[in-house]
Amino acid sequence: MSYPQNLKYTKDHEWAELTSDTQMKIGITDHAQSALGDIVYLDLPKVGRELKAHETFGVVESIKAVSDLYSPIQGKVAQANSDLASEPSKLNTEPHQSWMIVLEASDAKAQFQTLMSADEYSAYVKTL
Amino acid sequence: MLKRTALFEEHLNLKGKMVDFGGWELPVQYSGVLAEHTAVRTACGIFDVSHMGEIFVEGAGSAEFVNFLITNDVSVLSIEQAQYSAMCNAQGGIVDDLVIYKLGHEKFLLVVNASNTDKDFAHIQSVLAQYPGAKPKVTNQSAQYSQIAVQGPKAEAILQGLTETRLSEIKTYWCKEGKILGTPAIIARTGYTGEDGFEIYLSWSEAPKVWRALLETGSAEGLLPCGLGARDTLRLEMKYALYGHELTDESNPLEVGLAWVTKLQKNSDFVGKSAISALKQSGPKKALVGIRSLGRGIPRQGYEVYAADRTTRVGQVTSGTSSPSLKTPIGIVWIDKAHEAVGTKLFVKVREEFQESEVVKTPFYKK
Repeated sequence: MSYPQNLKYTKDHEWAELTSDTQMKIGITDHAQSALGDIVYLDLPKVGRELKAHETFGVVESIKAVSDLYSPIQGKVAQANSDLASEPSKLNTEPHQSWMIVLEASDAKAQFQTLMSADEYSAYVKTL
Repeated sequence: MLKRTALFEEHLNLKGKMVDFGGWELPVQYSGVLAEHTAVRTACGIFDVSHMGEIFVEGAGSAEFVNFLITNDVSVLSIEQAQYSAMCNAQGGIVDDLVIYKLGHEKFLLVVNASNTDKDFAHIQSVLAQYPGAKPKVTNQSAQYSQIAVQGPKAEAILQGLTETRLSEIKTYWCKEGKILGTPAIIARTGYTGEDGFEIYLSWSEAPKVWRALLETGSAEGLLPCGLGARDTLRLEMKYALYGHELTDESNPLEVGLAWVTKLQKNSDFVGKSAISALKQSGPKKALVGIRSLGRGIPRQGYEVYAADRTTRVGQVTSGTSSPSLKTPIGIVWIDKAHEAVGTKLFVKVREEFQESEVVKTPFYKK
Protein backbone atom coordinates (compact mmCIF):
# COMPACT_ATOMS: atom_id res chain seq x y z
CA MET A 1 0.00 0.00 0.00
CA SER A 2 1.22 3.48 -0.67
CA TYR A 3 -0.01 6.59 1.09
CA PRO A 4 0.05 9.91 -0.79
CA GLN A 5 2.56 12.35 0.67
CA ASN A 6 0.22 15.34 0.38
CA LEU A 7 -2.28 13.78 2.77
CA LYS A 8 -2.11 13.55 6.56
CA TYR A 9 -3.42 10.60 8.56
CA THR A 10 -4.87 9.57 11.92
CA LYS A 11 -4.71 6.48 14.11
CA ASP A 12 -8.42 6.06 13.38
CA HIS A 13 -7.43 5.44 9.72
CA GLU A 14 -8.83 8.63 8.28
CA TRP A 15 -6.92 10.80 5.84
CA ALA A 16 -7.11 14.57 5.49
CA GLU A 17 -6.23 16.78 2.53
CA LEU A 18 -5.79 20.50 3.09
CA THR A 19 -7.63 22.26 0.25
CA SER A 20 -7.28 25.83 1.59
CA ASP A 21 -6.06 27.46 4.79
CA THR A 22 -9.49 26.87 6.35
CA GLN A 23 -10.80 23.68 4.72
CA MET A 24 -9.86 20.05 4.40
CA LYS A 25 -11.32 16.94 2.81
CA ILE A 26 -11.67 13.79 4.90
CA GLY A 27 -11.75 10.16 3.85
CA ILE A 28 -10.67 6.72 5.01
CA THR A 29 -7.34 5.10 4.22
CA ASP A 30 -6.47 2.17 2.02
CA HIS A 31 -5.70 0.20 5.17
CA ALA A 32 -9.20 0.94 6.52
CA GLN A 33 -11.03 -0.09 3.35
CA SER A 34 -8.96 -3.25 3.09
CA ALA A 35 -9.72 -4.20 6.69
CA LEU A 36 -13.44 -3.59 6.16
CA GLY A 37 -13.82 -5.47 2.88
CA ASP A 38 -16.59 -4.76 0.37
CA ILE A 39 -18.19 -1.49 1.48
CA VAL A 40 -21.95 -1.27 0.98
CA TYR A 41 -23.15 1.63 3.13
CA LEU A 42 -22.02 5.10 4.08
CA ASP A 43 -23.82 7.44 6.45
CA LEU A 44 -22.66 11.07 6.46
CA PRO A 45 -23.41 14.04 8.75
CA LYS A 46 -25.57 17.02 7.87
CA VAL A 47 -23.84 20.11 6.51
CA GLY A 48 -23.37 22.65 9.29
CA ARG A 49 -22.75 20.17 12.08
CA GLU A 50 -19.98 21.12 14.50
CA LEU A 51 -17.53 18.33 15.27
CA LYS A 52 -14.88 17.95 17.92
CA ALA A 53 -11.64 16.15 17.16
CA HIS A 54 -12.17 12.36 17.41
CA GLU A 55 -15.95 12.78 17.45
CA THR A 56 -17.98 10.27 15.44
CA PHE A 57 -19.26 11.91 12.26
CA GLY A 58 -20.70 8.94 10.41
CA VAL A 59 -20.76 5.22 9.79
CA VAL A 60 -19.33 2.99 7.12
CA GLU A 61 -20.48 -0.60 6.68
CA SER A 62 -19.06 -3.47 4.72
CA ILE A 63 -20.86 -6.74 4.11
CA LYS A 64 -19.40 -8.05 7.37
CA ALA A 65 -18.75 -5.10 9.63
CA VAL A 66 -19.97 -1.75 10.96
CA SER A 67 -17.39 0.94 11.66
CA ASP A 68 -17.65 4.48 13.02
CA LEU A 69 -15.96 7.41 11.29
CA TYR A 70 -14.00 9.87 13.44
CA SER A 71 -13.27 13.49 12.74
CA PRO A 72 -9.50 14.16 12.59
CA ILE A 73 -9.93 17.78 13.73
CA GLN A 74 -12.36 20.22 15.31
CA GLY A 75 -14.44 21.94 12.68
CA LYS A 76 -17.76 22.40 10.92
CA VAL A 77 -19.09 20.17 8.17
CA ALA A 78 -19.03 22.38 5.03
CA GLN A 79 -19.91 19.65 2.53
CA ALA A 80 -20.94 15.98 2.56
CA ASN A 81 -20.31 13.82 -0.48
CA SER A 82 -23.76 12.41 -1.25
CA ASP A 83 -22.52 10.98 -4.57
CA LEU A 84 -20.13 8.79 -2.62
CA ALA A 85 -22.91 7.71 -0.25
CA SER A 86 -24.86 6.40 -3.23
CA GLU A 87 -21.79 4.59 -4.59
CA PRO A 88 -19.84 3.57 -1.47
CA SER A 89 -17.89 0.79 -3.25
CA LYS A 90 -15.62 3.61 -4.54
CA LEU A 91 -14.14 3.61 -1.05
CA ASN A 92 -12.67 0.21 -1.92
CA THR A 93 -11.42 1.03 -5.38
CA GLU A 94 -10.05 4.55 -4.84
CA PRO A 95 -9.92 5.23 -1.11
CA HIS A 96 -7.57 8.22 -1.24
CA GLN A 97 -9.62 9.99 -3.91
CA SER A 98 -12.98 9.33 -2.27
CA TRP A 99 -13.63 12.21 0.10
CA MET A 100 -16.52 11.92 2.53
CA ILE A 101 -16.82 15.39 4.00
CA VAL A 102 -15.20 18.82 3.85
CA LEU A 103 -14.43 20.27 7.27
CA GLU A 104 -14.04 23.98 7.86
CA ALA A 105 -12.09 25.64 10.67
CA SER A 106 -10.27 28.98 10.93
CA ASP A 107 -7.18 27.12 12.14
CA ALA A 108 -7.53 24.16 9.76
CA LYS A 109 -3.96 24.51 8.53
CA ALA A 110 -2.51 24.42 12.04
CA GLN A 111 -4.64 21.42 13.02
CA PHE A 112 -3.63 19.67 9.79
CA GLN A 113 0.04 19.94 10.73
CA THR A 114 -0.54 18.01 13.96
CA LEU A 115 -1.69 14.86 12.08
CA MET A 116 0.57 11.98 11.01
CA SER A 117 2.60 12.16 7.82
CA ALA A 118 2.38 9.42 5.19
CA ASP A 119 5.61 7.88 6.46
CA GLU A 120 4.49 8.00 10.09
CA TYR A 121 1.15 6.42 9.17
CA SER A 122 2.81 3.67 7.09
CA ALA A 123 5.03 2.86 10.05
CA TYR A 124 2.03 2.90 12.40
CA VAL A 125 0.03 0.51 10.20
CA LYS A 126 2.94 -1.93 10.20
CA THR A 127 2.74 -2.17 14.00
CA LEU A 128 -0.92 -3.31 13.90
CA MET B 1 -3.33 -20.49 20.64
CA LEU B 2 -5.87 -20.72 17.85
CA LYS B 3 -6.49 -24.07 16.20
CA ARG B 4 -5.46 -24.46 12.58
CA THR B 5 -6.80 -26.75 9.88
CA ALA B 6 -4.67 -28.86 7.55
CA LEU B 7 -5.15 -26.12 4.93
CA PHE B 8 -3.69 -23.28 7.00
CA GLU B 9 -0.61 -22.89 4.79
CA GLU B 10 -2.80 -22.94 1.68
CA HIS B 11 -4.84 -20.04 3.05
CA LEU B 12 -1.70 -18.01 3.69
CA ASN B 13 -0.40 -18.73 0.18
CA LEU B 14 -3.74 -17.58 -1.24
CA LYS B 15 -3.52 -14.38 0.84
CA GLY B 16 -6.55 -15.30 2.89
CA LYS B 17 -7.42 -12.73 5.56
CA MET B 18 -7.22 -14.85 8.69
CA VAL B 19 -9.54 -14.33 11.66
CA ASP B 20 -10.44 -16.04 14.92
CA PHE B 21 -13.64 -17.99 14.30
CA GLY B 22 -14.74 -19.83 17.43
CA GLY B 23 -11.14 -20.60 18.34
CA TRP B 24 -10.09 -21.51 14.79
CA GLU B 25 -7.79 -19.43 12.62
CA LEU B 26 -9.66 -19.36 9.30
CA PRO B 27 -9.92 -17.06 6.27
CA VAL B 28 -12.83 -14.61 6.34
CA GLN B 29 -12.08 -13.83 2.70
CA TYR B 30 -9.45 -14.07 -0.04
CA SER B 31 -10.37 -11.89 -3.03
CA GLY B 32 -13.45 -10.35 -1.39
CA VAL B 33 -16.84 -11.41 -0.10
CA LEU B 34 -18.75 -10.13 -3.15
CA ALA B 35 -16.50 -11.84 -5.69
CA GLU B 36 -16.51 -15.09 -3.74
CA HIS B 37 -20.27 -15.02 -3.20
CA THR B 38 -20.83 -14.44 -6.92
CA ALA B 39 -18.44 -17.24 -7.86
CA VAL B 40 -20.54 -19.70 -5.86
CA ARG B 41 -23.83 -18.45 -7.36
CA THR B 42 -22.53 -18.53 -10.95
CA ALA B 43 -19.63 -21.00 -11.11
CA CYS B 44 -17.97 -22.62 -8.12
CA GLY B 45 -16.38 -21.88 -4.78
CA ILE B 46 -14.41 -24.06 -2.40
CA PHE B 47 -14.47 -23.64 1.36
CA ASP B 48 -12.27 -25.11 4.07
CA VAL B 49 -14.80 -26.29 6.63
CA SER B 50 -12.44 -28.66 8.40
CA HIS B 51 -13.28 -26.98 11.70
CA MET B 52 -16.68 -28.71 11.65
CA GLY B 53 -16.96 -31.65 14.04
CA GLU B 54 -17.30 -35.29 12.96
CA ILE B 55 -18.85 -37.63 15.52
CA PHE B 56 -19.42 -41.28 14.62
CA VAL B 57 -22.07 -43.54 16.14
CA GLU B 58 -21.45 -47.19 15.27
CA GLY B 59 -22.48 -50.67 16.26
CA ALA B 60 -25.58 -52.42 17.49
CA GLY B 61 -28.31 -50.01 18.55
CA SER B 62 -26.91 -47.04 16.56
CA ALA B 63 -30.10 -46.25 14.67
CA GLU B 64 -32.26 -46.34 17.81
CA PHE B 65 -29.77 -44.26 19.79
CA VAL B 66 -29.40 -41.58 17.09
CA ASN B 67 -33.17 -41.36 16.89
CA PHE B 68 -33.30 -40.87 20.67
CA LEU B 69 -30.69 -38.12 20.39
CA ILE B 70 -32.18 -36.00 17.61
CA THR B 71 -35.51 -34.40 16.72
CA ASN B 72 -35.72 -35.67 13.14
CA ASP B 73 -36.25 -39.34 12.26
CA VAL B 74 -33.36 -41.42 10.91
CA SER B 75 -35.54 -44.54 10.71
CA VAL B 76 -36.68 -43.32 7.29
CA LEU B 77 -33.11 -43.09 5.92
CA SER B 78 -31.52 -45.52 3.50
CA ILE B 79 -27.80 -46.22 3.60
CA GLU B 80 -25.96 -43.28 1.93
CA GLN B 81 -28.77 -40.87 2.72
CA ALA B 82 -28.34 -37.68 4.74
CA GLN B 83 -30.68 -35.69 6.96
CA TYR B 84 -30.65 -32.28 8.65
CA SER B 85 -31.79 -32.21 12.27
CA ALA B 86 -31.67 -30.49 15.62
CA MET B 87 -30.35 -32.08 18.79
CA CYS B 88 -32.04 -30.85 21.96
CA ASN B 89 -31.53 -30.87 25.69
CA ALA B 90 -34.21 -32.10 28.11
CA GLN B 91 -35.77 -28.61 28.19
CA GLY B 92 -36.24 -28.69 24.41
CA GLY B 93 -33.44 -26.14 23.87
CA ILE B 94 -31.21 -26.68 20.86
CA VAL B 95 -27.79 -28.09 21.75
CA ASP B 96 -26.82 -27.95 18.08
CA ASP B 97 -28.07 -28.37 14.54
CA LEU B 98 -26.39 -31.06 12.51
CA VAL B 99 -26.33 -33.18 9.39
CA ILE B 100 -26.55 -36.93 9.86
CA TYR B 101 -25.17 -39.31 7.25
CA LYS B 102 -26.26 -42.92 7.37
CA LEU B 103 -23.09 -44.68 6.19
CA GLY B 104 -24.08 -48.23 7.07
CA HIS B 105 -26.83 -50.28 8.62
CA GLU B 106 -25.47 -49.40 12.08
CA LYS B 107 -23.09 -46.55 11.25
CA PHE B 108 -23.87 -42.84 11.37
CA LEU B 109 -21.74 -39.75 10.89
CA LEU B 110 -22.96 -36.66 12.78
CA VAL B 111 -21.49 -33.43 11.43
CA VAL B 112 -21.78 -30.68 14.03
CA ASN B 113 -20.77 -27.04 14.42
CA ALA B 114 -17.10 -26.43 15.18
CA SER B 115 -17.61 -24.33 18.28
CA ASN B 116 -20.11 -26.85 19.64
CA THR B 117 -18.15 -30.05 19.00
CA ASP B 118 -16.89 -30.53 22.55
CA LYS B 119 -20.23 -29.53 24.06
CA ASP B 120 -22.06 -31.88 21.69
CA PHE B 121 -19.75 -34.79 22.37
CA ALA B 122 -20.18 -34.34 26.13
CA HIS B 123 -23.95 -34.07 25.68
CA ILE B 124 -24.06 -37.25 23.59
CA GLN B 125 -21.98 -39.14 26.12
CA SER B 126 -24.21 -38.07 28.98
CA VAL B 127 -27.33 -39.06 27.04
CA LEU B 128 -25.67 -42.39 26.25
CA ALA B 129 -24.84 -42.99 29.91
CA GLN B 130 -28.52 -42.80 30.84
CA TYR B 131 -29.76 -44.48 27.68
CA PRO B 132 -31.63 -47.69 28.54
CA GLY B 133 -31.22 -49.47 25.19
CA ALA B 134 -28.24 -51.10 23.50
CA LYS B 135 -25.28 -48.72 23.66
CA PRO B 136 -23.42 -48.07 20.41
CA LYS B 137 -19.84 -46.79 20.19
CA VAL B 138 -19.59 -42.98 19.98
CA THR B 139 -16.31 -41.40 18.89
CA ASN B 140 -15.26 -37.83 18.20
CA GLN B 141 -13.09 -38.08 15.08
CA SER B 142 -12.98 -34.36 14.32
CA ALA B 143 -9.19 -34.24 14.52
CA GLN B 144 -8.80 -36.92 11.85
CA TYR B 145 -11.17 -35.40 9.29
CA SER B 146 -10.82 -32.45 7.00
CA GLN B 147 -13.86 -31.15 5.19
CA ILE B 148 -13.90 -29.24 1.92
CA ALA B 149 -17.14 -27.82 0.53
CA VAL B 150 -17.28 -27.53 -3.27
CA GLN B 151 -20.32 -25.42 -4.08
CA GLY B 152 -21.91 -23.91 -7.16
CA PRO B 153 -23.43 -24.85 -10.52
CA LYS B 154 -20.05 -26.06 -11.82
CA ALA B 155 -19.18 -28.05 -8.69
CA GLU B 156 -20.07 -31.43 -10.15
CA ALA B 157 -18.08 -30.93 -13.37
CA ILE B 158 -15.01 -29.70 -11.49
CA LEU B 159 -15.03 -32.36 -8.76
CA GLN B 160 -15.72 -35.11 -11.32
CA GLY B 161 -12.24 -34.50 -12.72
CA LEU B 162 -10.73 -35.75 -9.46
CA THR B 163 -12.79 -38.86 -8.79
CA GLU B 164 -14.03 -42.04 -10.46
CA THR B 165 -17.19 -42.02 -8.35
CA ARG B 166 -20.02 -41.05 -10.68
CA LEU B 167 -21.19 -37.85 -9.06
CA SER B 168 -24.31 -37.58 -11.22
CA GLU B 169 -25.57 -40.68 -9.41
CA ILE B 170 -25.45 -38.95 -6.02
CA LYS B 171 -28.75 -37.21 -5.43
CA THR B 172 -29.19 -34.13 -3.23
CA TYR B 173 -28.81 -35.10 0.43
CA TRP B 174 -27.21 -38.43 -0.43
CA CYS B 175 -23.57 -39.48 -0.26
CA LYS B 176 -21.13 -42.14 -1.40
CA GLU B 177 -17.86 -43.42 -0.03
CA GLY B 178 -15.31 -43.24 -2.82
CA LYS B 179 -11.89 -41.89 -3.64
CA ILE B 180 -10.67 -38.44 -4.60
CA LEU B 181 -7.20 -38.48 -6.17
CA GLY B 182 -6.83 -41.96 -4.74
CA THR B 183 -7.66 -40.87 -1.20
CA PRO B 184 -10.69 -42.42 0.54
CA ALA B 185 -13.42 -39.82 1.00
CA ILE B 186 -17.07 -39.48 1.87
CA ILE B 187 -18.57 -37.48 -0.99
CA ALA B 188 -21.90 -35.90 -0.02
CA ARG B 189 -24.24 -33.82 -2.14
CA THR B 190 -24.95 -31.40 0.70
CA GLY B 191 -24.07 -27.81 1.45
CA TYR B 192 -24.84 -24.54 3.17
CA THR B 193 -25.06 -22.16 0.21
CA GLY B 194 -28.33 -22.89 -1.60
CA GLU B 195 -26.38 -24.04 -4.64
CA ASP B 196 -25.79 -27.52 -5.93
CA GLY B 197 -22.52 -28.91 -4.65
CA PHE B 198 -20.64 -31.33 -2.49
CA GLU B 199 -19.11 -31.62 0.94
CA ILE B 200 -16.17 -33.99 1.02
CA TYR B 201 -14.82 -35.61 4.16
CA LEU B 202 -11.29 -36.93 3.95
CA SER B 203 -8.24 -37.54 6.04
CA TRP B 204 -6.54 -34.49 7.52
CA SER B 205 -3.20 -35.18 5.84
CA GLU B 206 -4.66 -35.57 2.32
CA ALA B 207 -6.67 -32.33 2.33
CA PRO B 208 -3.96 -30.00 0.92
CA LYS B 209 -3.44 -32.09 -2.20
CA VAL B 210 -7.18 -32.21 -2.94
CA TRP B 211 -7.57 -28.48 -2.22
CA ARG B 212 -4.75 -27.60 -4.63
CA ALA B 213 -6.13 -29.92 -7.32
CA LEU B 214 -9.57 -28.29 -7.03
CA LEU B 215 -8.02 -24.85 -7.48
CA GLU B 216 -5.99 -26.04 -10.44
CA THR B 217 -8.88 -27.80 -12.20
CA GLY B 218 -11.49 -25.21 -11.36
CA SER B 219 -9.83 -21.85 -11.84
CA ALA B 220 -10.40 -21.91 -15.62
CA GLU B 221 -14.10 -22.44 -14.81
CA GLY B 222 -14.24 -19.45 -12.49
CA LEU B 223 -13.70 -21.34 -9.24
CA LEU B 224 -12.56 -19.20 -6.31
CA PRO B 225 -11.43 -20.14 -2.83
CA CYS B 226 -14.08 -18.72 -0.48
CA GLY B 227 -13.93 -17.63 3.14
CA LEU B 228 -16.30 -17.44 6.06
CA GLY B 229 -17.66 -14.09 4.89
CA ALA B 230 -19.15 -15.52 1.69
CA ARG B 231 -20.27 -18.64 3.55
CA ASP B 232 -22.30 -16.37 5.82
CA THR B 233 -23.88 -14.22 3.08
CA LEU B 234 -24.73 -17.32 1.01
CA ARG B 235 -26.47 -19.09 3.90
CA LEU B 236 -28.20 -15.89 4.94
CA GLU B 237 -29.75 -15.43 1.47
CA MET B 238 -31.24 -18.91 1.95
CA LYS B 239 -32.32 -18.16 5.55
CA TYR B 240 -30.32 -21.15 6.76
CA ALA B 241 -29.91 -20.97 10.52
CA LEU B 242 -26.49 -20.43 12.08
CA TYR B 243 -25.88 -21.63 15.61
CA GLY B 244 -25.17 -18.69 17.92
CA HIS B 245 -27.32 -16.41 15.76
CA GLU B 246 -30.67 -18.07 15.04
CA LEU B 247 -30.18 -21.07 17.34
CA THR B 248 -29.11 -21.25 20.97
CA ASP B 249 -29.34 -23.59 23.94
CA GLU B 250 -32.55 -21.75 24.88
CA SER B 251 -34.34 -21.89 21.52
CA ASN B 252 -37.11 -24.38 21.02
CA PRO B 253 -37.17 -25.84 17.49
CA LEU B 254 -40.84 -24.87 17.09
CA GLU B 255 -39.99 -21.20 17.66
CA VAL B 256 -37.00 -21.00 15.30
CA GLY B 257 -38.38 -22.49 12.11
CA LEU B 258 -37.27 -26.08 12.75
CA ALA B 259 -40.69 -27.71 13.13
CA TRP B 260 -40.03 -29.43 9.79
CA VAL B 261 -37.18 -31.42 11.35
CA THR B 262 -39.01 -32.08 14.63
CA LYS B 263 -40.88 -35.37 14.36
CA LEU B 264 -43.07 -35.60 17.44
CA GLN B 265 -44.94 -38.48 15.79
CA LYS B 266 -41.89 -40.67 15.18
CA ASN B 267 -41.87 -44.13 16.59
CA SER B 268 -39.48 -43.37 19.45
CA ASP B 269 -39.00 -41.07 22.37
CA PHE B 270 -36.25 -38.44 22.07
CA VAL B 271 -34.43 -35.98 24.30
CA GLY B 272 -36.53 -32.84 24.65
CA LYS B 273 -39.72 -34.37 23.29
CA SER B 274 -41.94 -33.66 26.29
CA ALA B 275 -40.89 -30.00 26.45
CA ILE B 276 -41.38 -29.55 22.71
CA SER B 277 -44.77 -31.32 22.84
CA ALA B 278 -45.85 -29.04 25.67
CA LEU B 279 -44.96 -25.97 23.62
CA LYS B 280 -46.85 -27.38 20.67
CA GLN B 281 -49.90 -27.76 22.93
CA SER B 282 -49.71 -24.25 24.36
CA GLY B 283 -48.72 -22.75 21.00
CA PRO B 284 -45.32 -21.30 20.00
CA LYS B 285 -45.00 -17.58 20.81
CA LYS B 286 -42.04 -16.68 18.61
CA ALA B 287 -41.04 -17.11 15.00
CA LEU B 288 -37.98 -16.62 12.85
CA VAL B 289 -38.76 -14.64 9.72
CA GLY B 290 -36.95 -12.87 6.91
CA ILE B 291 -37.14 -9.11 6.48
CA ARG B 292 -36.05 -6.69 3.82
CA SER B 293 -35.16 -3.06 4.55
CA LEU B 294 -37.25 -0.53 2.67
CA GLY B 295 -34.32 1.87 2.90
CA ARG B 296 -30.53 1.65 3.10
CA GLY B 297 -30.16 0.69 6.78
CA ILE B 298 -28.64 -2.75 7.25
CA PRO B 299 -30.05 -4.94 10.02
CA ARG B 300 -27.32 -6.52 12.17
CA GLN B 301 -27.34 -9.16 14.90
CA GLY B 302 -28.72 -7.78 18.15
CA TYR B 303 -30.55 -4.76 16.70
CA GLU B 304 -34.00 -4.28 18.23
CA VAL B 305 -37.15 -4.84 16.17
CA TYR B 306 -40.33 -2.83 16.75
CA ALA B 307 -43.91 -3.08 15.54
CA ALA B 308 -45.42 -0.57 13.09
CA ASP B 309 -46.13 1.82 16.02
CA ARG B 310 -42.32 2.11 16.52
CA THR B 311 -42.89 1.70 20.27
CA THR B 312 -43.72 -1.93 20.91
CA ARG B 313 -40.59 -4.04 20.91
CA VAL B 314 -41.42 -7.34 19.18
CA GLY B 315 -38.02 -9.00 18.81
CA GLN B 316 -34.51 -8.71 17.56
CA VAL B 317 -32.30 -9.28 14.55
CA THR B 318 -30.39 -12.58 14.62
CA SER B 319 -28.43 -12.09 11.37
CA GLY B 320 -28.29 -9.41 8.72
CA THR B 321 -26.25 -8.12 5.85
CA SER B 322 -26.42 -6.37 2.53
CA SER B 323 -27.43 -9.20 0.21
CA PRO B 324 -24.81 -9.53 -2.55
CA SER B 325 -27.31 -11.21 -4.91
CA LEU B 326 -30.31 -8.94 -4.26
CA LYS B 327 -28.31 -5.73 -3.64
CA THR B 328 -30.57 -4.86 -0.73
CA PRO B 329 -30.30 -5.12 3.06
CA ILE B 330 -31.84 -8.33 4.41
CA GLY B 331 -32.13 -9.83 7.84
CA ILE B 332 -33.42 -12.73 9.88
CA VAL B 333 -35.42 -11.60 12.89
CA TRP B 334 -36.74 -13.48 15.91
CA ILE B 335 -40.09 -11.91 16.72
CA ASP B 336 -43.45 -12.40 18.37
CA LYS B 337 -45.46 -14.75 16.21
CA ALA B 338 -48.27 -12.23 15.73
CA HIS B 339 -45.96 -10.30 13.38
CA GLU B 340 -44.74 -13.15 11.21
CA ALA B 341 -47.03 -12.74 8.17
CA VAL B 342 -45.41 -11.81 4.86
CA GLY B 343 -45.97 -8.12 4.21
CA THR B 344 -46.02 -7.11 7.89
CA LYS B 345 -44.26 -3.78 8.44
CA LEU B 346 -41.59 -3.73 11.12
CA PHE B 347 -39.04 -1.19 12.25
CA VAL B 348 -35.46 -2.11 12.99
CA LYS B 349 -33.56 0.26 15.23
CA VAL B 350 -30.37 0.92 13.29
CA ARG B 351 -28.32 3.09 15.62
CA GLU B 352 -30.59 6.09 16.33
CA GLU B 353 -32.97 5.61 13.40
CA PHE B 354 -35.95 3.36 12.81
CA GLN B 355 -35.46 1.55 9.53
CA GLU B 356 -38.77 0.59 7.97
CA SER B 357 -38.71 -3.04 6.89
CA GLU B 358 -41.14 -5.71 5.81
CA VAL B 359 -41.50 -9.41 6.33
CA VAL B 360 -40.75 -11.23 3.07
CA LYS B 361 -40.92 -14.77 1.77
CA THR B 362 -37.81 -16.85 2.23
CA PRO B 363 -35.43 -18.03 0.96
CA PHE B 364 -34.58 -14.45 0.05
CA TYR B 365 -32.70 -15.67 -3.00
CA LYS B 366 -34.26 -17.87 -5.66
CA LYS B 367 -32.71 -19.08 -8.90
